[in-house]
Amino acid sequence: MKFNLASLGAGLLFGIGLLVSGMANPEKVLGFLDLAGQWDPSLAFVMGGAILVGLVAFTVAKKRTLSYLGFEMRLPGSRTIDRRLVIGSLLFGAGWGLAGFCPGPGLVALGAGKAGALVFVAAMIAGMGLFELIEKNRVRH
Amino acid sequence: MIEIAWENFTPWSALAGGVIIGLAAAAFVLLNGRIAGISGILGGLLIPNRNDIAWRLAFLAGMISAPLLWAMTANLPSIEIRAGYPALIVSGLLVGIGTRYGSGCTSGHGVCGLSRLSPRSLVATLTFMAAGFVMVYIVRHLLPGA
Repeated sequence: MKFNLASLGAGLLFGIGLLVSGMANPEKVLGFLDLAGQWDPSLAFVMGGAILVGLVAFTVAKKRTLSYLGFEMRLPGSRTIDRRLVIGSLLFGAGWGLAGFCPGPGLVALGAGKAGALVFVAAMIAGMGLFELIEKNRVRH
Repeated sequence: MIEIAWENFTPWSALAGGVIIGLAAAAFVLLNGRIAGISGILGGLLIPNRNDIAWRLAFLAGMISAPLLWAMTANLPSIEIRAGYPALIVSGLLVGIGTRYGSGCTSGHGVCGLSRLSPRSLVATLTFMAAGFVMVYIVRHLLPGA
């Protein structure tokens, strides 16, 4: 219960942050990704602000085995830089640049009642489902 | 030469929003011990027989309800979607498959991964940003009618 409530609160705060920052607005994101046009550097400040806080939090988190609510600390352990990481990130970046949505902002825009965001999120979930199907077949063979 | 769109530049709200995003990721890892990676939280729902459905749904419900709560007290900031439905469908499929193959997106690799000083996340972030720059260049400056 505590775990779910903290998840709800973190998700809510995350969504508010995306709205305040401008990240939830695809046109703003595309303005950042458009280096050859009229460039809007704002989103670099979003990353900067988030990482500033994140650096402190993760430095603390790395030293702990249990969270402050007593749950197991589950930080990713993988250090392998492989084809999956690079090809996956290339595909993601291409999709991001195509419409200006990444997963979080897509969900927030959906909550704001945007029809385009519903189309994006549905396609994104389908893409994730496709990934699971491919993975299942890959393991079987 | 890069031309800066000063009239669109919003450093303070961007920084403030970034700090709030950072606080959300901080709260999530310090309270629950997890990475606030949106694609992982959503994608994990599609793996059958998992017993961690409730917290994933709770996190996503929090995100989706953020604009609803916001709209009760103030005007929502502009959310302008120029892409048409075909582009949104292709974009969604690419983002869905890509983030699962690459194990993360802007939040998991970009915010949390860089904050953890993970070399893997640095490679992922540089890669998806480069792909994003190239895609916008193609769509806005190379395609006819752009």
